[in-house]
Amino acid sequence: MERPVTLNINGRSHTVQVEPRALLVHVLRDTLNLTGTHVGCDTSQCGACTVLVDGQAVKSCTTLAVQAEGTRITTIEGLARGDTLHPLQMAFWEKHGLQCGFCTPGMILTAVDFLAQNPDPTDDEIRHAIEGNLCRCTGYQNIVAAIKSAAATLRAGNAGAAA
Amino acid sequence: MATLFGSGIKRREDPRLITGQATYVDDVKLPGLAYAVFARSPYAHAKITRIDVSAARQAPGVIAVYTGADVKDRLVPVPCAWNVPNCDLKIPAHPLLAYDKVRYAGDAVAMVIAETRAQARDAVDLVDVDYEPLRATADPEQATQPGAARLHEEIPDNIGFTWVVSGGDAAAAFQHAEVAVSQRIVQQRLLPTAMEPRAAVAQYNRGSGQLTLWATSQNPHIHRFLCSVMLKLPEHRIRVIAPEVGGGFGSKIPAYPDEALVSFAAMELGIPVKWTEDRSENYKVTIHGRDHIEYVEMCGTRDGKITGIRTRVYAGLGAYASTAAPGIPTILHGLVYSGSYMIPNIHGTIYGVYTNGTPVDAYRGAGRPEAAYLIERLVDIFARKIGMDPIEVRRRNFIPKDKFPYTVATGLIYDSGNYEAALDKALGILDLKAFRAEQAKARKDGRYLGMGLVSYIEICGLGPSQVAGAVGFGGGLYDSAIVRVYPTGVVKVYIGASPHGQGEETTFAQIVASEFGYPVENVEIIHGDTDNTPQGWGTYGSRTTAVCGSAVKVAALRVKEKAKLLAAHLLEANEADLEWKDDAFRVKGSPDKAKGMAELALMANVAWNMPPGMEPGLEATAFFDPTNFVYPFGTHICTVEVDEQTGQVKILRYIAVDDCGPPINPMIVDGQIHGGVIQGIGEGLQEIAVYDEEAQLVTGTMMDYAVPKASQMPHIEVAHTITPSPVNPLGVKGCGEAGTIASAACLVNAVCDALAPLGITHIDKPLTPARVWAAIQKAKGATP
Ligand code: FES
Ligand code: FES
Repeated sequence: MERPVTLNINGRSHTVQVEPRALLVHVLRDTLNLTGTHVGCDTSQCGACTVLVDGQAVKSCTTLAVQAEGTRITTIEGLARGDTLHPLQMAFWEKHGLQCGFCTPGMILTAVDFLAQNPDPTDDEIRHAIEGNLCRCTGYQNIVAAIKSAAATLRAGNAGAAA
Repeated sequence: MATLFGSGIKRREDPRLITGQATYVDDVKLPGLAYAVFARSPYAHAKITRIDVSAARQAPGVIAVYTGADVKDRLVPVPCAWNVPNCDLKIPAHPLLAYDKVRYAGDAVAMVIAETRAQARDAVDLVDVDYEPLRATADPEQATQPGAARLHEEIPDNIGFTWVVSGGDAAAAFQHAEVAVSQRIVQQRLLPTAMEPRAAVAQYNRGSGQLTLWATSQNPHIHRFLCSVMLKLPEHRIRVIAPEVGGGFGSKIPAYPDEALVSFAAMELGIPVKWTEDRSENYKVTIHGRDHIEYVEMCGTRDGKITGIRTRVYAGLGAYASTAAPGIPTILHGLVYSGSYMIPNIHGTIYGVYTNGTPVDAYRGAGRPEAAYLIERLVDIFARKIGMDPIEVRRRNFIPKDKFPYTVATGLIYDSGNYEAALDKALGILDLKAFRAEQAKARKDGRYLGMGLVSYIEICGLGPSQVAGAVGFGGGLYDSAIVRVYPTGVVKVYIGASPHGQGEETTFAQIVASEFGYPVENVEIIHGDTDNTPQGWGTYGSRTTAVCGSAVKVAALRVKEKAKLLAAHLLEANEADLEWKDDAFRVKGSPDKAKGMAELALMANVAWNMPPGMEPGLEATAFFDPTNFVYPFGTHICTVEVDEQTGQVKILRYIAVDDCGPPINPMIVDGQIHGGVIQGIGEGLQEIAVYDEEAQLVTGTMMDYAVPKASQMPHIEVAHTITPSPVNPLGVKGCGEAGTIASAACLVNAVCDALAPLGITHIDKPLTPARVWAAIQKAKGATP
């Protein structure tokens, strides 16, 4: 029943045996021990399980592991460059964009994809972009502030790189 | 450095959380781990006539299957720990697995243990149960009516208790009142929805007889105690670890059957066992909140003096009495009926009612939001009736700031307050005049703008243990800390409370570092493991900073006292000649003769040169028991526009002015306010747990239960006043629940103000477009 699948995660290739029905989130968490990706619901509402698949924010609870073969997956564990935090991670820390932290990995990865598409968003655009990610602790206010501040950092960095 | 206390430094818990390195319960892996999944009743009320688990036992990967018959004589039913006195409280048995009857949809009937989660889940479908369905109701008022379904044989009317609060003479006050208003209010059931569902991992070492339980807990010491009761295992054989916990909001306080059963399986089978709720299961079996049907009245004079308040409340308990359930609608609700006001006559009758719903227990605010809601709604309705500005009514009835400590009619003694200052500050931020002008203009254009205002108090910092005992709470309410200074001077602090998002790893380190003249990095806070922390009573009721934070402060001061004696000895000075300045004990007049904490820590820990009679080492333990509760307060203002055509409510501004004493970390305090306010707005605007006539939970998934989303929620303007509490050495009051306590009422007041031209005085929350639209239609005389 199980079949081998090769997944490229955070720049490393893993070949694992999975049942065809296995969800990507369970393979990440249970088989590969990447427990930074969380499960908060069973109806694809909460976004706690969000990972990047080829740069796109995807709910890994709604993706079969076998579907992810041949893609490049980034989880929260793979977002920092060594000891250097990603600007979004830094901004969530600085702006107090998290309390219990359970929604945070998914929230950050959703924002990574969003800022790639919209580097200079308004508060309103941010609020809509994270609509698929629920947070029960923060009331979202500091998450919005964090994403906005990271956007500025990323823009400055890109401008620097272009110059 | 001296300003570390009070500074909004970044949180120390965040690096692990933003990099995916934190360990929540479901992240715990152990060799040979098996998985538990529960078979649960699809019926809300039914007799069990037969259970056949033979097919499930044969299923691939299945290790064991247990039913109620297997465990009922070996395990103790789930205890209820709040035995509210002076009433006829009846606590029916809550079996860990139902065996003769199920009483709500979700009641567990069997536990399957298998090698993998998927195998356990598959095998649950093979558990074959014959049910004989019975009539059911989830409505706490209906359940008391003659002919209603009877849940527990011994409680014919389903009334678990009748509790009365009384102060002054409410009957006389109403009889002679110039004005009286009344309202039926429904405070709907809510689903707490911590983003992390509950989970448990149990491991038992047969050799040592030690059980280790990783649990999603707000209070691991309480869970250790309650598990010890259920499992009949001595408390010192149990270690409960609450690692990272993904939010609680009250739902991770109670004892549930699940953790005990998983522990039982681990002990029986000699292998570690894990169980993790999925969200639909969480919505079915993890406690719910609120669930009141209230008949409330207020009376007073034509010139705005409130003279009495009277209530009759049907408080749903759900199918069984959860851990703290009886105390929520009584002690934490009825006793605060005075709100921020001098109300001389108070009478409330509270019925705790068993229904075929999920058990109801503490949800953020727990009893106090329900009280604030009914008081603040009544004040507005009363003001409308006498034609006075509701702000003026509040001012005329506030307890004045020079009257504290103030004893209200229900007997509580409010510690400190300055209610008018918070009100004025909030009104200043709003610019009341400008808003009223805008509102008047909008009304001329046929648009409905409104402003709601709430001046709340809450009872927090639970609380003196003596009071806990007097009100039947099955535990103490002190808290504890060990401050341990290592030879290199760095500090570990072991605390009894168990934060899960509130940031005490940061704020408590700020307390100690400020005392010791240290950078915050030198202090680490350890919590959540009963094997290395002193007895504590948990994180809930906005008590952690006020009570446990005070224990941290007291322990730090004890350490400093000893360090001072040692410093005097080493400096060959008189203790009286030493003073603490900047970051060291210095000889008065010759400040260069100094010893800092790090050096003293080394000398104390090596003990080469101690004063005669002084023990080596540098650490202290403190158990702090406050002398009273603390009473945070504030004023929130919300402005809205209501779309007459659709009933849609749009929040224009939300202003929160809260007073929780001096903030240790203002950034964290504001974060608590944000989260609390949004939870209350969710309650006011969209959240409701709906049961159908057969007591089936219709809003059983996140698809149907409207957890607030970022795009639906407003930006909150936060400000503070600071009135220290005299009851703890930090002067703090607690801020975890404030936002939730104020915001639902604030929103409903705003909508009722907007719709005042239509004569609408009240609409039950949540104010969904459908409800608001129906109210508008009704007011206009149309049949909706
Ligand atoms: S776990 Fe909730 S959306 Fe994936
Ligand atoms: S930080 Fe707790 S759910 Fe978002």
